[in-house]
Amino acid sequence: MPVRNSLDLVWPSEGLTRIPYPVYGRADVYDEERARLFMGATWNFLCLEAELPQPGDYRATFVGDVPVVVARDLDGSLGAFENRCAHRGALLCLKSGGHGAEISCVYHNWTYDLKGKLTGVAFQRGIKRKGGMPADFKLAEHNIRTLRVASFAGIVFGTFSADTPPVEAYLGPEIARRIQRVMHKPIKLLGYNNQLLPNNWKLYVENVKDSYHASLLHLFFTTFRLNRLSQEGGIIVDESGGHHVSYSKMASDQQSAEYDSATLRAKREDYRLADPSMLAGRDEFGDGVSLQILSVFPAFIVQQIQNCLAVRQVVPRGVGETELVWTYFGYADDDEEMLRMRLKQANLVGPGGYVSMEDGAVGGFIQRALPGGAADCSVIEMGGREATSQDTRATESSVRGFWKAYRAHMGL
Amino acid sequence: MAADIATQLAVERLLARYVASIDEDRLEEWPGYFVESCRYQIISSANYEKGLPIGVFFADSRGMLQDRVSALREASVYEAQRYRHLVSSTLILSASDGIVTARSNYMVARIMHDGAMTLFSTGRYLDRISLRGTEPLFEERLVVFDNKRIDTLLAIPL
Repeated sequence: MPVRNSLDLVWPSEGLTRIPYPVYGRADVYDEERARLFMGATWNFLCLEAELPQPGDYRATFVGDVPVVVARDLDGSLGAFENRCAHRGALLCLKSGGHGAEISCVYHNWTYDLKGKLTGVAFQRGIKRKGGMPADFKLAEHNIRTLRVASFAGIVFGTFSADTPPVEAYLGPEIARRIQRVMHKPIKLLGYNNQLLPNNWKLYVENVKDSYHASLLHLFFTTFRLNRLSQEGGIIVDESGGHHVSYSKMASDQQSAEYDSATLRAKREDYRLADPSMLAGRDEFGDGVSLQILSVFPAFIVQQIQNCLAVRQVVPRGVGETELVWTYFGYADDDEEMLRMRLKQANLVGPGGYVSMEDGAVGGFIQRALPGGAADCSVIEMGGREATSQDTRATESSVRGFWKAYRAHMGL
Repeated sequence: MAADIATQLAVERLLARYVASIDEDRLEEWPGYFVESCRYQIISSANYEKGLPIGVFFADSRGMLQDRVSALREASVYEAQRYRHLVSSTLILSASDGIVTARSNYMVARIMHDGAMTLFSTGRYLDRISLRGTEPLFEERLVVFDNKRIDTLLAIPL
């Protein structure tokens, strides 16, 4: 267990069912999260392998808000290091990515290989024997801090900590298997969307794990009976609590009196699409699961909503702002019709998606209401008080799971 | 020359009516600016220039545009907001057999219900317009936005 931290924050005695509001608004908590979560013993999404197809390809990415370069070295191996020159601390990779055998800092031209090793210092021996670095200056003592890198099912993860268990052990068998279910053959990148959320990063991660809200806030799905909580499905929470899967099968919806009375606001029997072609799809995994939302602690999501496949990277941008990076993909062997289905179904998600646009704003509704709530807590008791797998989606079990893992890492 | 001017005016008038319908919250009129089997997409310039096909919204029929409006009116939950479009620099790229291609710049301010205003999006409209009927109609409208990041959400069309 991590050493208890120095934060002046006492967790409520109720435990996992109470979340003190200051965790979303305090700068000292945010800084501690960088140190203990993102730079601690966690695996974080860096990129997809498909984004680094060739030796020499590199990309700028983030672990938490820490700028990182992830690269495919000339021998094909993957590496990652902080996107910060060892000399004066300037960003090395200024663009979204590039290609080459080395990366140089624009400021004073210090040069690194694709593993972050310092290979050259401009004017190290001075000019005309004047100036230059001291004679005992050693390049090898000024390499950039590197991350351990592991690729799992085509997803490249990185960790700053030597204590993080191997990535498959970190994920656990149930989560690993459901990542592999989506990443089961070579993918083809289809696009990106970047969305700025006016809230603390944890509010978005909780929203992803919260299956309770899905058919109450997102009325589009409900109206078309795509995602009713009475559908066959459930929640898987891993041992640590930090990872989760929410899944449902579309064809198994049963009429439910509790459901209909609870969602009168959402119920509109007369509402029909003029062009329902957007909802056409294929059961491409052959298991009838039409929705699988999976999160990896602390801030990574793999999404299958019918045939709309994407990963989402949650990048904190300060205490009250978060950037959400959507990376959409299909498979390398998609035919034209499949591609068109993915293109249309992408209307469901992203910054303007029929079932996701509300998520862009709802965290902000909490963030804006924080003033005055310093001594208060949110109440997370739907589906009980534990953080365990459940065969219903009318639960906040995986939200409690997030806080179980969070508190363990943060020493809170 | 007179034909060029007539084409320019016809296109600019369509663009002006289009943004007036959106900015004045007459969204139900918006699908009517398109032919039945149209193509409309909102996509970032980053994706567009890399040839990546997915954007923020895609429609290949007027019905899908009508559905967008119905969803905004009946299903989607978002804080009340309006746009103010400025459209300029409309350039006719080609015109033959009543089909015109054109590009224009746009700038959109978003005004929230409490009066807070931000510069929400800038970009270009890449249009293919039919002048064959009684009114000009979009056969294709690509909205290629410059701002890589979308603030909070994009509900109302651009």
